[in-house]
Amino acid sequence: MWDYIKLAVLGVIVVTAAVAASMARDLPYLVHMLVIIAAAVITFIWTIRRIGEPVPVANPNEYMDGPVRYGVIATAFWGVVGFLVGVVIAFQLAWPELNFVWAEGYLNFGRLRPLHTSAVIFAFGGNALIASAFYVVQRTSAARLWGGGLAWFVFWGYQMFIVMAATGYVLGSTQGNEYAEPEWLTDLWLTIVWVAFLIVFMGTLIKRREPHIYVANWFYMAFIITVAMLHLVNNLAIPVSVFGSRSIPVWSGVQSAMIQWWYGHNAVGFFLTAGFLGMMYYFIPKQAERPVYSYKLSIMHFWALIFLYIWAGPHHLHYTALPDWAQTLGMTFSIMLWMPSWGGMINGLMTLSGAWDKLRTDPVIRMMVVSVGFYGMATFEGPMMSIKTVNSLSHYTDWTIGHVHSAALGWNGMITFGMLYYLVPKLWQRQGLYSLRLVSWHFWLATIGIVLYAASMWVTGIMEGLMWREVDAQGFLVNSFADTVAAKFPMYVVRGLGGTLFLAGAIIMCYNLWKTVTSTAERSPARAGAAVPAE
Amino acid sequence: METYTWLRAFADSWHLLFMFCFFIGVFLYILRPGANKVHDDTANMIFRNDDKPAGDDSPPSTVRHDEPKEAR
Repeated sequence: MWDYIKLAVLGVIVVTAAVAASMARDLPYLVHMLVIIAAAVITFIWTIRRIGEPVPVANPNEYMDGPVRYGVIATAFWGVVGFLVGVVIAFQLAWPELNFVWAEGYLNFGRLRPLHTSAVIFAFGGNALIASAFYVVQRTSAARLWGGGLAWFVFWGYQMFIVMAATGYVLGSTQGNEYAEPEWLTDLWLTIVWVAFLIVFMGTLIKRREPHIYVANWFYMAFIITVAMLHLVNNLAIPVSVFGSRSIPVWSGVQSAMIQWWYGHNAVGFFLTAGFLGMMYYFIPKQAERPVYSYKLSIMHFWALIFLYIWAGPHHLHYTALPDWAQTLGMTFSIMLWMPSWGGMINGLMTLSGAWDKLRTDPVIRMMVVSVGFYGMATFEGPMMSIKTVNSLSHYTDWTIGHVHSAALGWNGMITFGMLYYLVPKLWQRQGLYSLRLVSWHFWLATIGIVLYAASMWVTGIMEGLMWREVDAQGFLVNSFADTVAAKFPMYVVRGLGGTLFLAGAIIMCYNLWKTVTSTAERSPARAGAAVPAE
Repeated sequence: METYTWLRAFADSWHLLFMFCFFIGVFLYILRPGANKVHDDTANMIFRNDDKPAGDDSPPSTVRHDEPKEAR
């Protein structure tokens, strides 16, 4: 019966989307409707082929790892796509001729830049977060994922959000809000998927068999709930037409700017920090085979982080129309954030105390430790850059880009790679990774890539900031904007090179993970290594 | 405007005080005596139930140190 209802609903969706497509007022909307039709038709065929077959009974004594496996594959895939687009736009900045005339309006820098940021943050990072959240919440709750097929809906629904966002960017459908570019239709779809994600996660936590909620789950919970709140408030907009992709934002003026950066900075704080800290607090202790250094400190880290982060957004708007008190508030809270961040970093690093030798033998833990190191570095650099006087030099320069990338590539990228290396042998029941040598190659390529990237952006950012403020004896500005662009050329080339190394490392990782699944021995069912004491 | 003024005054007086006290309260609660056992047990929970959910026979007790791989 349920299958027939599903088929009917899918049929209605196809017809409605087809009608909407015929009425479409712009190209991105038309493409989105075609995407919806394609997705609904595929689901329809998939459902109808299985109709009348006995329903597979979910075994409550098994973890539901299907969506996690798919999530791991999606993470690796979108990671490579996102890094590749990043390398392309890095070289487009160095050599503007790469904005080909034939691709103008589709593949020029302005169209590809949001594609890159969203691909790495939401597609690569988002899939890593959803997959790891589903994995961690099951293990730490000792319970199977709640909600049956809902977890599958979250996975596929999220991929559809990514496809809709990406096609929208290339075709020019954007709200123009950084990291919140998708238009109203895509936003609504993400809201539905996100609520389903929250329900699956909370449902599993509620039926947990462990008395306490492990700290990683607190971070994941804060990430899911806060991102939902940020997404809803920043994307309040009224569509011009239900048959068009354009919308008019509800907020205006300085309020709009403040809400955008309240959203933007907390997207960093809760998506790229809280969620990934959830990963850190699970996967580092697991890989090191030692419990977290101080559980008390981890709870303090959680509360201090969520209490302080939410106020830091105004530091993106120093010296603007935003009231001075709000700027100072943002700066003060940003500086205070240094403390919980370093508390968390110390907690992560000290988890290895007594097991430092693992750094020599295990490249996966090396990756995780470097990731926490970059977390510490970025959470020192960020508060420093939020100080108004420093910001007057750094703002609008490539220093900001360097800061973001040392955090995103170093912290988010490396911890995700570590997680993937941990998860793939686990999820596919392999004895171990195909090649630790290749992990080392990945580690060094990625690390050198990040160093080249961050160092060149620091140099060019500070140079640019100093050139902009240089005045001669008469008080005239010495440099034109084009002068700074010309001076930045060598650093742009180095940055592109760093990105290429990072991408090469990720491709090596994909090969290694592929070979791990296809060419290594299966793990024996009687948990291998169960008798090995962890000192 | 009246609503704004009222909310603004409330936000930077009583609500600020409430959040500050809540924050300090959380820290005091974390440091409460007797929390060590709970925290140690919770920190080690990730080494249990790695391959399958807890069965009906195994009670969800706070102290269950029978599993290996438990770093002490």
